[in-house]
Amino acid sequence: MPQISQILATYASQFFWLLIVFALIYFVIGLGILPKVDAAVDARDAKIASDLAAAEKARTEAEELEGAWQAELTQTRNAAQAEAQKAKAKAQKDAEARLAKADAEIAAKTNDAEAAIAKARAAALAGLETVAADAAQDIVAKVSGIKVTAAQATQAVKAALSNG
Amino acid sequence: MHQFLIEPIVPLNLAGYDISFTNSSLFMILVLATIWVFMLGGMKRELVPGRWQAAVEGVTGFVNDMVSTSVGPEGKKYVPLVFSLFMFILVANFMGMMPFGIVPGGHAFTVTSHLTVTAVLAVLSFGTVLVVGFWKHKLHFFSLFVPHGTPWWLMWLIPFIELFSFLIRPFSLALRLFVAMTAGHVLMKVLAGFVINGLNADAAWVAPVVSLPAFVLMIGITMLELLVCAIQAYVFALLTSLYINDAVNLH
Repeated sequence: MPQISQILATYASQFFWLLIVFALIYFVIGLGILPKVDAAVDARDAKIASDLAAAEKARTEAEELEGAWQAELTQTRNAAQAEAQKAKAKAQKDAEARLAKADAEIAAKTNDAEAAIAKARAAALAGLETVAADAAQDIVAKVSGIKVTAAQATQAVKAALSNG
Repeated sequence: MHQFLIEPIVPLNLAGYDISFTNSSLFMILVLATIWVFMLGGMKRELVPGRWQAAVEGVTGFVNDMVSTSVGPEGKKYVPLVFSLFMFILVANFMGMMPFGIVPGGHAFTVTSHLTVTAVLAVLSFGTVLVVGFWKHKLHFFSLFVPHGTPWWLMWLIPFIELFSFLIRPFSLALRLFVAMTAGHVLMKVLAGFVINGLNADAAWVAPVVSLPAFVLMIGITMLELLVCAIQAYVFALLTSLYINDAVNLH
């Protein structure tokens, strides 16, 4: 086994070159390059963490804004509803008042008309009696030759009408 | 055993010691270059990483997580050491599995299959534990050998067991990696020998009966060996961070 049979002949060379090579690896790569690679990794981790924090902050802000907007919207809607309610109530009141006035006017007109009709009917009835009395007087005079006074004819017409 | 042989490429001598540039040194340099190129891909430092950068960050994140779960927040200081150990062992293990043999005369060399290399890595790991432990806790570090709730009548035994298990750590670290790599490569070599020798056999029936099953098994063993490469690097790094945890937080 050369590792053991050659050991006395080669140990100095092995130690010498190994120490040179390992010192280079340790000082140049281990102490020189490795921390820079680690720093790059750390910088990336820090960047990711800060980006995540910024995104989280933006999200919270957006949620706050949305909440405020919702609140404003609700308030505006309530105000509009109240306004609409008020307008509706006012319109109803106006309509009722106008309706009442119109009703009163119509009632007054109806009364007038009814009074006029009653008067006209009374007048007509009165006229009818006179005409009937005159006609009765004439008929009696022509038929029987008896002179009937106007009073008598009127009385007879009245009696007949009231019976009829 | 040829694959474990260390052959000088450029003979060098320093103060009487033979520090020749060998094939082992060449593969260490290759490992270093591979890790370097890989890590440079992670230096783009873009906010949205590309594939390469994501791969580099995946590996560094893996080691970071391992150290922080083992040691806690104080473990940040030790990430470079654990990362260097992990990457060196991982890439060296994989480098030994690369098919350099297709180049005539070339063959892959597994740096971590040498006791001299794994011993140095284990001593680095163990030395860090000792230095950190005595630095942070001074002589109080010896309380590591007296676990909480030890009954007084076991005081003559438990500290010695703890001390022994503590002192054996560098050996277990070094031997585990060395043995796993050596055994895996020897096994692959043996199976590959079955395939080649079966094909070269005089009798025609030997090739389908021996070579084919050995080749199928070879594929499976190669997969397993790749897994072992990663697991051994992970185990070494994990144990190092656990030992550092002992030194930092005591028990």
